[in-house]
Amino acid sequence: MLRIKCPFCGERDHSEFSYGGDANITYPDLAAPMEAWIEAVYRRANPKGPHRERWQHIDGCRLWLIVERDTLTHEIASVTLAKAALAPLVDGQSS
Amino acid sequence: MSTGFRLPQGGLIDRNSQYRFSFDGRALTGHAGDSLASALLANGIQFVARSFKYHRPRGIMGAGLEEANALVTLGDGARSLPNAVASTEELHDGLSAHAQHCWPSLNTDFGAVNQLFSSLLGAGFYYKTFMGPGRGPKSWLFYEHFIRRAAGLGKASREPDPDQYETVNTFCDLLIIGSGPAGLEAARIAAEAGLDVILAERDFELGGALLADTGTIERQPAAQWLASQVDRLSKSVNIRVLKRTTAFGLYDGTVAGLVERRDPAQATTIPWRERFWIVRAKRIIIAAGAMERPLLFAGNDRPGVMLASAVGSYLNRWAVAPGRRVVLATTNDSAYATARDLAIAGLSVTLIDSRDRISEPLHRLANNTGIDLRLGQSVRATLGSRHVRTVDIGPANGQGAVGSRLACDIVAVSGGWSPTQHLLSQRGVKPSWNESLQAFLPGRANEPIDCVGSAAGLWRSDDCARSGRAIAAAAAAALGRKAPVEDIPAPGGWETPIRPVRLASDLNLKKIFVDLQHDVTAADILLANQEGYEAPELLKRYTTLGMAADQGRTSAVPALALLSEMANRSVGEIGTTTFRPPFAPVSIGALAGMERDKHLLPIRRSPLHDVVADSGAHMLETGLWMRPWYYPQNAETVDEAYLREMRQTRDAVGICDVSTLGKIAVQGPDAAEFLDRVYVNGFKAMKAGMARYGVMLREDGIVMDDGTSWRLSETEYFMTTTTGNAAKVMAWLEDLLETRWPELRVSLTSVTDQWAGISVAGPHARNLLAANIGELDFANEAFPFMAVRNGVFNGVPCRLARISFSGELAYEVYIGASHGPALWRALRNTAKELGGCAYGLEALGALRIEKGHVGGPELDGRTTLEDLGLGRMASTKKSFIGDVLRQRPDLRRDDRARLVGLVPVTKGEMFKGGAILAEQGQEDGHGLGWVTSVTESPSLGHWIGLGFIQGGLDKWQGKTVLAADPIRGRSTLVKIVAPHFLDPEGTRLHA
Ligand SMILES: [Zn+2]
Repeated sequence: MLRIKCPFCGERDHSEFSYGGDANITYPDLAAPMEAWIEAVYRRANPKGPHRERWQHIDGCRLWLIVERDTLTHEIASVTLAKAALAPLVDGQSS
Repeated sequence: MSTGFRLPQGGLIDRNSQYRFSFDGRALTGHAGDSLASALLANGIQFVARSFKYHRPRGIMGAGLEEANALVTLGDGARSLPNAVASTEELHDGLSAHAQHCWPSLNTDFGAVNQLFSSLLGAGFYYKTFMGPGRGPKSWLFYEHFIRRAAGLGKASREPDPDQYETVNTFCDLLIIGSGPAGLEAARIAAEAGLDVILAERDFELGGALLADTGTIERQPAAQWLASQVDRLSKSVNIRVLKRTTAFGLYDGTVAGLVERRDPAQATTIPWRERFWIVRAKRIIIAAGAMERPLLFAGNDRPGVMLASAVGSYLNRWAVAPGRRVVLATTNDSAYATARDLAIAGLSVTLIDSRDRISEPLHRLANNTGIDLRLGQSVRATLGSRHVRTVDIGPANGQGAVGSRLACDIVAVSGGWSPTQHLLSQRGVKPSWNESLQAFLPGRANEPIDCVGSAAGLWRSDDCARSGRAIAAAAAAALGRKAPVEDIPAPGGWETPIRPVRLASDLNLKKIFVDLQHDVTAADILLANQEGYEAPELLKRYTTLGMAADQGRTSAVPALALLSEMANRSVGEIGTTTFRPPFAPVSIGALAGMERDKHLLPIRRSPLHDVVADSGAHMLETGLWMRPWYYPQNAETVDEAYLREMRQTRDAVGICDVSTLGKIAVQGPDAAEFLDRVYVNGFKAMKAGMARYGVMLREDGIVMDDGTSWRLSETEYFMTTTTGNAAKVMAWLEDLLETRWPELRVSLTSVTDQWAGISVAGPHARNLLAANIGELDFANEAFPFMAVRNGVFNGVPCRLARISFSGELAYEVYIGASHGPALWRALRNTAKELGGCAYGLEALGALRIEKGHVGGPELDGRTTLEDLGLGRMASTKKSFIGDVLRQRPDLRRDDRARLVGLVPVTKGEMFKGGAILAEQGQEDGHGLGWVTSVTESPSLGHWIGLGFIQGGLDKWQGKTVLAADPIRGRSTLVKIVAPHFLDPEGTRLHA
């Protein structure tokens, strides 16, 4: 069972979280060309090793988090808030 | 046979206790401290099972979890538990066990005829029979009856489990698995260093191998050392000792899954039968010991053939001599202590050692106890019918003929030891083969998990104790505590190295059972090897070796050794398979714990739940929600009731609980901009005091959800979503705001549970509300269609919008949840006076179908705006989520399945959702479309439906197709019409 250290709530089982996909995707402008949207919606790198992911602490504070997880070992290198402006809400970001 | 198998003294049993139990209906007795297996052996019962595939007689061969034969079904009826291992099952008064895989009985078993078909059931039988061209279904139909009868280990009860199970979530610094000398010392050192320790032991006694050890450890008699350790442990506040607890799985983050069984003596005081422990440990020490391996020879599965260590356990721990004349065959030093104990107990012992030379102390041991020692020999075959009677022995190098035949009633075997590393293997840690020890030794884990004692390949108990201390001290240091540092002993410990037996070339490989539990023979492995299945993972799948409930605990290494002999490669080169959880079978009940029935899927109730029930509602479970389905009057059926509710609503007025709709408060200076980005249609230009129906797309352009959003002020909207998508939409909007558009100043709050909602629909809707809601002008001009207004009910503010889902003059009114019941009662009373009624989910769905509104069956995650006939809603003045990808050419094709209305050609006929739309005479294949929603329409006097058909109305309007429903045996001719069946001009709506 993965244990994710939510910057707001502390370390919790991954069953409290919901996976939200690759955090490396930069979503294009709403009116961007179709190719840009196809790239963002469908193309994924599926790396073996370190990976930046979006997770929501859905059964906790509901904040969206950026989790750096190794897809091979499941080691979690860091957990930060997705919305940087919310950082003052937490005592100090986990790393 | 009598009870003469129990020795007059010794053993860890309470001879003053008398437990009655039964095996296959036979009444027997045993003692407290017995396992089911030891009690059976004490009663002279060795033959306890028929094998899985060939139904061969099988006896007890092990004394612990390594037991591969003695699987029994415990208990009867709803409580029956299949595949219990007799040697790990604690005896208790009243225990009832049954043999498996035999019919009608163990002794007269018709399935034994399978032995005659053994060539048919060989390696790859399933693959060869059912795969490949021209096989598959036809051969399956031929063999099915035969296979169904034979397949599966044991039989589960079909009745609901009446027992209670619990889940325990806990944390600790150090979890120690196993309580032999290594585990006990690790626990002591860790606790003394101040760590919070959990010690889990599968057995009902602590001690592991020490429980049957007549030797010494750390210069003390083993029993004495163990007693003082257990005493010390019980006094330590830092250690939680869990007996009868099997660690079956290790997971990411050093999380362990354990299952604890109830002490059978406490069945009346402990409410749970089993407890599932989820242990989140900082570190884990595996002290699970090692398992002895059997030897391969013809007839090695015959009852009476047992592991040497098991014979030692039965003798020393349970005071049971399973026979009188023992042939003990070994490849290593470990069996000598057992040979000595058997001889001292007065049994006749012939010791056959595969090695040509042994150390001087072992020679002395044999001489002093009168053991008939034969070096350089091994067992070639056993003879006997339901029990072994003689063994043939010959040179251990496989060369030369059988030398002699010895009479015996027990063949005790030791083919070496395998460290129990299944848990480490589950973590993906590969073991390494040590040729001189003939054992897989643990690899290094990246996670904080260590192996100690025999689990790390240490054979001497002194070394085991020392490694437990050393590793626990290192673990304590890693967690910032101080503990005395010690060296970790090296693996091994035998004075003369192990020497594997080589198979003689003239042996009947079909009689050499490698995997006893799955009946895989040496012949199967040879065949698999010849057919190219050399890799262990392939061999496993092709022969099913190691795929039974015991996961090949005793068969894995012998199979690899055999494969290495056949392929002429070392075991280390061949490698091993990965073990996966669970290490030992876990009952589904334990995993489910309390999460069953309503505890698994809790019921959500609307704030109006009790008052709609008072109104006579029949409730329906929809997802988690309980919702009013229909309100029968007198003895109405659901059909009679919903049709009446529809008529009353269209003729007078109806009220409906809509509290389950998702409700989100969208607040902030950028709220309007936010909604403009997530809805396909515009919300920014809409003035405060107005509401609008909106549709959201997914990024790929497919419709996600629909609902209304009410503009309460410049900076605040009240959004409703469908009941089913409420949570999904909320998470999606949060995602967009936090990860994609952090610059938008918008706050979202789920207010679903805060508001009770009631829909009021029908020509008298205005009168009904006006009679109950104050401080509000309901006149058409003052409160026009799609307007939002505040009102007051009984002094409590409420919020209304003139919105219609049914096509009638209609309003939705929301009030604080706790005031909902009072509002419902008031509206319902007035409705009655006006000739109206409450209507339920069935009528709600039917009203929207008449009006041609899309609902859940149409928003199925595959449909676009155009498919739903909502293409014109999409704004061209702004961009929104999904706007780009919805324009992909294939999503815009004219021949996509588009929403249409359906009416039967013959007015009296009905049709059903799920039917396939096809042209008459062309019902093959996937058809042209499908039916999503149907209802009887009281307004029109016949059945109507919504569905999708390729090309939509443009192509099919006015044409006739077949609604084919072959599974339910109904096919109806239907005409394609526009999906708005009632009042397409909307005059009722704007009344
Ligand atoms: Zn959190």
